[in-house]
Amino acid sequence: MPAKTLATLAGIAAALVALYVWRLAALPGALLGNVVVAGVLTGLIYGLMALGLSVIFGVVRVVNFAHGEMMTIAMYAAVLLFGAFRLDPFLALAPVAVAFFAFGYALQAGLINPFVERPEHSQFMLLVAVAIIMVNGLLMGFGPDARSAQVDYALDSFEVGPLVVDKVRVYAASVAVLLAAGLFAFFRLTATGRAIRACADNLLGAKVVGLDVKRYYALTFGIGAALVGAAGVLQAMLVDVTPALGPVYTLLAFVIVIVGGLGSMGGALAGGVLIGLSEALAGVAFTPSAKSMFSFALLILVLLLRPQGLLGKKAG
Amino acid sequence: MATGAGRQTARAALALGGLFVVLLVLPAFANPYVLSAAILVLYFAYVGQAWNLMMGFAGQLSLGHSLYVGLGAYASAALFVHYGISPWIGLVAAVAVSLAAGAVIGFLAFRFGIGGVYFALLTIAFAEFTRIGFDHFDWVGGSGGFFLPVKEHGVTDLANLRGPPVMFYYIALAMAAGAFLAAWRLRASRIGYYWLAIRENEDAAQALGINTFRYKMLAILFSSAMTALAGVFFAFYYNNLFPEQIFSMARSIEIILGPIIGGLGTLFGPVLGAFVLTFLGDGLTEVTDAFGIQIPGLKQVFYGVALLVVVVFVPNGIWPALARRLGFGPAKKGE
Amino acid sequence: MTDTRRASAPSRRRMLKAAASATALAALPFPAIVRAQSGPLNIGVLLPVSGVQALIGQSCKLGVDIAPAVLPELGYSAPIKVLFADTETNVDVARSRAEKLIADGANVLVGPFDSGAAGAIAQVAEQKGVPFVINIAAAPQITEQGYKFVFRNFPTSVDLVRNGLALMRDLFQATNTALRTCVFMHVNDTFGQANRKAIDAILPTLNYLPFRVVETISYDPAAKDLSVEVAKAKATNADFLMLVCRLNDAILLRREMVKQRWNPMGIIGPGNPGMYEAQFYKALGKLSDYCISNVPWYNPKSPVTAKVEAAFTKAFPQDKLMYHALNVGFTFEAIMVAADAYKRAGSTAGKALADAIRATDIAQRMMIGGPIKFNAKGQVEGIASAAIQNFDQQPKVVLPAAAAQAKPVFPQPEYKR
Repeated sequence: MPAKTLATLAGIAAALVALYVWRLAALPGALLGNVVVAGVLTGLIYGLMALGLSVIFGVVRVVNFAHGEMMTIAMYAAVLLFGAFRLDPFLALAPVAVAFFAFGYALQAGLINPFVERPEHSQFMLLVAVAIIMVNGLLMGFGPDARSAQVDYALDSFEVGPLVVDKVRVYAASVAVLLAAGLFAFFRLTATGRAIRACADNLLGAKVVGLDVKRYYALTFGIGAALVGAAGVLQAMLVDVTPALGPVYTLLAFVIVIVGGLGSMGGALAGGVLIGLSEALAGVAFTPSAKSMFSFALLILVLLLRPQGLLGKKAG
Repeated sequence: MATGAGRQTARAALALGGLFVVLLVLPAFANPYVLSAAILVLYFAYVGQAWNLMMGFAGQLSLGHSLYVGLGAYASAALFVHYGISPWIGLVAAVAVSLAAGAVIGFLAFRFGIGGVYFALLTIAFAEFTRIGFDHFDWVGGSGGFFLPVKEHGVTDLANLRGPPVMFYYIALAMAAGAFLAAWRLRASRIGYYWLAIRENEDAAQALGINTFRYKMLAILFSSAMTALAGVFFAFYYNNLFPEQIFSMARSIEIILGPIIGGLGTLFGPVLGAFVLTFLGDGLTEVTDAFGIQIPGLKQVFYGVALLVVVVFVPNGIWPALARRLGFGPAKKGE
Repeated sequence: MTDTRRASAPSRRRMLKAAASATALAALPFPAIVRAQSGPLNIGVLLPVSGVQALIGQSCKLGVDIAPAVLPELGYSAPIKVLFADTETNVDVARSRAEKLIADGANVLVGPFDSGAAGAIAQVAEQKGVPFVINIAAAPQITEQGYKFVFRNFPTSVDLVRNGLALMRDLFQATNTALRTCVFMHVNDTFGQANRKAIDAILPTLNYLPFRVVETISYDPAAKDLSVEVAKAKATNADFLMLVCRLNDAILLRREMVKQRWNPMGIIGPGNPGMYEAQFYKALGKLSDYCISNVPWYNPKSPVTAKVEAAFTKAFPQDKLMYHALNVGFTFEAIMVAADAYKRAGSTAGKALADAIRATDIAQRMMIGGPIKFNAKGQVEGIASAAIQNFDQQPKVVLPAAAAQAKPVFPQPEYKR
C-alpha cells in the first residue's frame, strides 16, 4: 500500500473526525444519549438483515442483489399474519423464518446453483431480474399502500433517567442479538454448520472429502433467507412496508456487510451498529438528510484501507 | 481481425453499413414515437459501449456509471444556465469533471488493489455519495431539481443544442456510431489487447510485463470521459435534472443491462442490448394494453422474467449466439 | 480521448449535414394539423400507477375514472375518450409514453403528479404542439421555462407556501394562541426542497407571523428511521412543528413523536401532502387526529363537488372522496379544462385547443379559489388553500370560515392511548 496516499487519507479522515467530535461536543447530553441508544438499537436490527447477506456471500460467494426485496416480502408476511390472526410479530418470527428457509433453499437449488461458477456480472443480472419480479409481484398482489403491524405496545417507551427508549426497538434488537448468537453456535457446534464452513474455507477440500457442496450451498442460502426473513418481521413493526422499499434495504445491507466484513458473522452485527451509530451521530451533528453520505464515506474508507472489512478475514 | 475470418468480417462490415444507412434515413419514415424510442436506443447503445470498455474489455465491473452521466449532465447544464456557455464548450468541462472523478476512483481502487465485487461496490458508494452531495448542492438546485430554459418550439439552434427530436436523433446516432468506431479501434489497438489480457487473467498480464495499473486507469478514463458526453446529451435532451434520478443506482443498472444482455465484450452487444431492452419494455406495454390488462406491475414482472430467461439460457448475451447463426464469425466470447 | 475524437469526428460532420436535410423531410409526414378532425376528444392521461409514487398515482386515477360520467352533467356533452398510460414513476417512461399517446391520437395530455415527469412530458407536448394540462406538480420552474403548450392548474410551491403561511396567521387568530418558536422539518426531495426554498424566501418578509424558526431539519426521503430527526427536533423545545412531508415519512414521524414523548402544540403542514391521505388515517388511527395541512382543497359547498362526490360514491362505494380530495380534485379539473377547451374550440387540433385553454374562464369549479384562468405563462393564479384539520380520522376544513366544516383546535390535546 502506498504510504503517501495512506498518510494523506488518514490526515483527511482525522480532520473530519475532529470536526465531527467538535460538533457533537456542543450538543446537550440527553440528546446525545438518546441518539446513541437509538442508533445502536437500529443498527442491531439492520445488522441481522445484513447477517443474512453476509452468510450467503461468505459461503456461496454470490452477492444477493435481491436481499432487500426478500426482506420486503417478509415484512408483508408479518403484516398479513398480524392482520389475519392478530399474531404478534415476535411470534410470527418462527413461521416466517421457516418459510423463508424453504424459499431460500429452493431459490438456490433451483436457480442460483448453476450460477455459482459464472462471472459476477452474470450473477448480478440474475438477482436483479429476481428483484424486479419480486418488487412488481408485490405491487400486483398488495397494491401500493403502506402497511405495518402495529402491536398494542408499539408506541411504548422505557424511561431511564433522561433517556426515552423505544420498547419495540429494544425487543427487536435483543432478538437480533439472540438469533446471531444462535447462528454462531450452529456454525461452531453442529456437524452441518461445520460442513458449511468447510465449503466456505476450502471448497476443493470439501469436494475431496465428498461433501455435497451444492446441497450445503442451498442450505446456506436457506439460512441467509431465514435471517433476512426474521429481520423483515422485526422491521415490519417499525416501518410501513411498500413494494418499492427493497432497493434501499439492499444497498444498506451492502454498506453494512462491507464495513463489517463480507462473510464475517460478527462483522455484520458490528457493521450494523457502526452504521446505525454513524448515521445517528451524523444526523444530529450535521443535517440528517445527508447522514447516509457518512455511511458511504465510511464504506469507501473501509474498502480502501481494509477491504476485508473491520472483522473480516484477510483472504477473500 | 484480418485473419482467416476475413470473409466473415467483410460480411459483418457490410451488414453494419446497411444498418447505418437504415438508421440514417429512419426519421423520414418513423413516426415521432418510434423516433423517440430510437433516440433512447441509441443513447443506451452509446453509454453501454462506454461501460463495455471498462467491463467488457478490461474486466472492471462498474455499478456506478450514473456518476459520470450525472457529473457530465450537471457540469454542462450549469455552465449553460449560469453563464450561457454553449454545450459544445460545456462538454469539455463535463468531460474534465468526469475524468477527474474517474481518475480518483480508479487511482484509489487500483492502487489499493480493489477488484471484482469490491470494486463494484466502491463505484456504487461513490455514485451514492455524490447523489446525496448533489441533493444539498444549491448552486445547481439541490434535490429541488435543475431546469434548463426551453426555447420556442420549432427553433433549431444546434449551437446551444435546442431543437426538435430529429436533431437529437442524429446527435445520438453520431454518438453511438462514434462510440462503436472508437471501441472497434481501441480493441484492435495494443491497449485493447492489454485490456483483454487483464480481463482474462490479471496476474498473468502483470507477469508478462503489462503495467496493469496503467491500463486499468486508461480503461476507466476512456469510459468516464465517454459517459460524460452521454450526460451532456441527457441534460439537453431532457432539460431537467434531479440528483435522485440521474445519479440513482437504478440508472446505473439500466446502463449495464444492455451490454450484458447483448453480449459483454462484443462491439455489437451494447447496441443490440439497448435495442432489445427498449423494444421489450415498450413492447410489453403494448401487449398488456392490447389485452386490455391494466394491472400496475404486471409489465415489469414480464420484463424481469424476460431478463431471467436471457441470463439463464443465453449466458454470454444474445449477440454472440446470433452472430454465429448469421455467419458473422466465430461467436467465442470477446469476438 | 484523442482516439475517440478522431474516430467520431468525420461521422459527426456527416451526420449533421444529414440532420439538416432530414429535419425538413421528417417535419412533413406528421404535422399536428393532420389530426384536426372532429370526433371524440382523446385525452391522454399519464400517471405513476406503479413504482415509488404508485399510491398517489392510483389515487389521482380515480379522478380520471369518474370524469366521463360527471362531465356531461356539467354541460360538457361532447364525447371524450381517455387513453391511459403508466409513467412507472420514471422520467424516461413518462417521456416515451407521452410520445406513444400522441402517436395513438391523443389530442391533449393530462398528468402526471410529479415535477420531473411533468418536465419531460412538457417537452414532448411542446414539440408536437399538443396541449398538456398538468394536474399536480409544484416546481415553479415548469411554467417558467417558456413553454407555449403547457398549462398548470395547480399552485407553484411559492404560492402554496404563501397561502399556507397566511392560513397560519388566521389559525392563531382564530384560536387566540401566541407562538414564539417553531422547528421546521422537511423531506429533502424535489418537492420538499422547493417548499423549503419558498419558506426561506417568504417567511422573513412577513411581519404578521409572531414566531421564528429555531431550527431547520431536513431528512432523507428514503429514511426508514426518523428517531434521530425527532430527537433533534424535540431538543429545540419549539412551540410547534412545521412539517413538509410525504406520506410514509409523515407516518413514521408521527409515531416516533409519541415514542419519544414529544408533544408540541401542533403539527402544521404549510402546503404539502401526507397528513390528509387515507393511508395516514388507516396507519395511525387516532394518532392522526389534530394534524393540520394548509393545502388546496375542494370546496365542500360547491355544486361541482357535489356532482363529483356523487359519481365517486357510485363508482367506488367502499371509498370516500375526502380521502382523495386534492388528487381527485385537480385531476378531474385538468380533464374538465380539456373538455371545456374542446367545447369552445370545436376542434381537436393542438393549436386550437391550446388557444382555447389559454382563454379558459371557469368560475364554477371544484377546488377552493378564484376562477380557472391561465396567465401568459400557462399558470393558474389565485388557487386558494384551506386549513384541513383531522378529526376522528377524517379531514375537515377548519379555515377559511366560509368553507369551514369544523372549528380549529389548537393547541392540540396531548395524545393519550
